[in-house]
Order: sequence, then structure tokens, then C-alpha cells
Amino acid sequence: MDLIIPSAGLIFWQLFGFLALLFILVKFAWKPMLASLAEREASIDGALKLAEQARNEMANLKVENEKLLQEARLERDVILSKAHDASLKMIEAAKSESSKQGALLIASAKAVIETEKKAALTEVKNQVALLTLEVTEKLLRKKLGDDKAQVELVDQFIKDLKLN
Amino acid sequence: MTRKFLVLSLLFSVVLLNFSSVSFAAGMEAEEGKEDPTEFIMHHIKDSHEWHFVTVGHTHITLPLPVITYASDRGFEFYNSSDFQDPQTHKFGKEFAHNGIYIDDHDHLGRADGASILDFSITKNVVMLFLVIAFVLYISISAARHYQKNGAVAPKGVASFVEPIVIFVRDEIALKSIGPKYKKFVPYLLTLFFFIWTGNLLGLLPGAANLTGNIAVTCTLAMITFVIVNVNGNKNYWKHVFATPGVPAALLPIMVVVEFIGLFTKPFALMVRLFVAITAGHIVILSFIALVFIFESYSIGILSTIMVASINIIELLVATIQAYVFTLFSAMYIGGAVAEHEHDDHH
Repeated sequence: MDLIIPSAGLIFWQLFGFLALLFILVKFAWKPMLASLAEREASIDGALKLAEQARNEMANLKVENEKLLQEARLERDVILSKAHDASLKMIEAAKSESSKQGALLIASAKAVIETEKKAALTEVKNQVALLTLEVTEKLLRKKLGDDKAQVELVDQFIKDLKLN
Repeated sequence: MTRKFLVLSLLFSVVLLNFSSVSFAAGMEAEEGKEDPTEFIMHHIKDSHEWHFVTVGHTHITLPLPVITYASDRGFEFYNSSDFQDPQTHKFGKEFAHNGIYIDDHDHLGRADGASILDFSITKNVVMLFLVIAFVLYISISAARHYQKNGAVAPKGVASFVEPIVIFVRDEIALKSIGPKYKKFVPYLLTLFFFIWTGNLLGLLPGAANLTGNIAVTCTLAMITFVIVNVNGNKNYWKHVFATPGVPAALLPIMVVVEFIGLFTKPFALMVRLFVAITAGHIVILSFIALVFIFESYSIGILSTIMVASINIIELLVATIQAYVFTLFSAMYIGGAVAEHEHDDHH
């Protein structure tokens, strides 16, 4: 066989063999393989895009959360300060109300006490007067049996009067 | 470790040099004379009707191959290559004609009556071709099966070896050289790359046939590329050939001839490049091996072994580069044929 002259037989077999190889490989190897590679690349691309999207969403969510938190905090502060004011006011009101009530109570109690006292005093005075009258009556009945005692008593009275 | 071994073996060979050359040369000359190194090298490089592996003493260990002939008056005929040779020396020759057909001492088939006969024999290279095809089929189909079984998942096993090459051919060769219409040509380029690469690598094995360094093989591959390029050639491509833009009308007849020849020089270059690169590599390796038989000395043996080993490593590289280059240039020619834009800036 020659070195640089192609032999027809080998050309025939090479052509036949290579075309058969090409046909079989295209059908059973390269087409399924290239399709799987393309599919895998597409899925990897998709996954990367999804991850990117998720990351962006997370960032957005975080910002939103921060905003919400901030708002909530502000609202809380407002509510707290309002509540504080309200409570202060209420305490204040309650305090003034109670002091008024106290004063009223005290005043009325004083008035009642005064009237009671006066009534009691009058009662006592009346009793004393009655007692005095009775005692005086009895005394007078007993003592003023004789004249001497009468005179003495009158003197006594007069002395007392003078002393007063 | 390796260095120590090399130094020791060199010293050893120098000591043995004197008597070795005497005694072994004497032994060799007792035989039918030294083998011609050119004959030895050419025998390994060229195609043959039988596959000769090794000669032990006078016994040739060979694989006889089928001889298939076609003659218009006799039709197809099937023989065994051992029908046409001396059973002892395994030499072909006109004197060993069988049934009116002979294989001469240059391995050419002929008819004793001088009529024309076609040779479709399963030669050494055809067997090698079948081996390469089987190997490529095995690795690519088992790789493809991985995806068919597991869906579009990460590669494993053979697939993880094949996949990077497939992606390289698709993205770096096809896409970059052909452009947007690359998809249609990727399967051809992949087949081309795997066939040539496997052929180159298996050809480096000891005793293997020089398939991709055979001109008939490279010629066929170049022809297929030529057909694909010209079948897919679009309007711009043919306009470029027959009415090259930007060329004065007076020069056009010359340019048409030049461009027309250019259609054929491209595949011709493909054919010659692969043939020369692979055959030259084999010749260099075999030349260093032949030195051993010429000088018949240990020192030359060790030196040439080192050289053969290093050139084999280079050849591994060449095998890959040549497969890449053939595929790349095929892709570029296809790219030139299907490109949409005008190439005014190039000429």
C-alpha cells in the first residue's frame, strides 16, 4: 500500500464507517446529550435568577419590616404619652374631686356637730335648770323652815352677788 | 529515584558497551542480515492486508484479515489474506497468486490476467477504524445514557469526562467559529473531534495501526467537511467566490480562478495537515526505535528509549492538538460558508 496515494478500499470503508458513526452518535449520543446540557444550563440559569429575585424580595421585605417597626414604635410612643397625660389628668381630677368632697364632708360634719352640740347644750341647760329647780325646791322646803336660815341664805346670796 | 536509576543504567551500559556490541551483533548477523530501517518504519506506517504484531525468532505472530475483491466480470469475492502469502515468511508476492488474484510485495492487489480489480479488503487500518468507531461509540453512548437515566443532572463517570469536551467543542469551537447558526453543526464537529482524537491516541499504542496518519482517512474526512461546507454555503459565500466584492472587474477572471481553487485547497490543507502531523510523529518514534537495531548497543537503547518516551508524551499533545485543529478549521470553513455579513474587511 502506498503512503501518499489514498487507496479506494480504505476511502470506502472510512466513508461508510464514519458516516455510520456520525448517524448513530447524532441520534443516540449528541442529540440527547446536548439537549440535557441545554436543559441543565437553562435550569441553572432559572435557579440563579430565582435566587436573585428571592434575595431582592428579602431585602425589600426587610426594609418594609424596618419601616413598619419604626411606625409601630412611633405609634407606641404617641399612645404612651397620651396615656400618661390622660392618667395625669385623671389623677389630678380625682385629687381635686376628693379634696372638694372631703371639704364638703368636713363642713357638713362640722355643721352637724355644731347643731348636735347646741342641741346637747340646750338639753343639758334645760336639765340643769330643771335639776336646779328641783334641788332648789327641795332645799328651800327643807332649809327655809326657819327664818334664820332664810336670812342667812339671803345674805349668802347677796355676798355671792357682790362677789360676782 | 528516577534520576538515580537513569544514572545507574547509563553507567551500566557504558561498562557493557564493548562486549555487548560484539556478542549481540554477532548473534544478529547470523540471521538473514539486518532489517532495513526504512522498510521497518514504512511497514508500521502503511496499511497492510494482514496485521503483523511481532516476530519471535522466525515465527511471525499476525492476524490474517479478510480480502474482499470486486471485478466487473467476477463480482465480489472473499478470501483470507493468508491465501496470498508464504506461510513461513508471511511475505506477499505475485508468486503466491490464488484463484487468479495476487497481492504483490508492495501490498497491492492485482489480477494475474492484468484486468482491473477493486480492493475492498478489511485491511489493518479498516480493523483499526472499526476499533476506533467502537471505542467512540462506547464512551459517547455511555455518557449520553447517564443523562437519559438521570435527567439533566451533574455529570458522573464517563459523562464527566465527555461533557467538558462536548461543552468545549460546542462553545469554543462551534459557537465562536460558526456564529448564531452553530447548533446544526455541533454533532458533526463532535463526531469529528472524538473520531480523530481517539484515532490519534489509539494509533500511539504499540502494534496499533496508523489510522489517522493514513491519507485515505484524512482525505475522506476532508471530503466530508468539503461537502458540508459547500452544501451549506449561502448567497454571500458563492458571491464571494464568483464575484468577489471590492475587486476591479478586470481582475475578476483571475480572482474567480483563485477563489475557485481556494475551495479545494481548504480541504486539501485539512487532509495534508492531519496526515503529516500524525505520520511524522510515528516516523520520529520509529526512527528512534530503529536506532536500537542499527547500533545494537545498550547506551543507544537507553537513550532512544528516553527519547521515544519523551516524544510519545509530545505525541499525546499532538494527538489532541491535531484533533482540535481539524475540528476548528472545519468549523471555520463552515462558519465562512454560513456567515450572513460580507467579508469586505478581510480582502
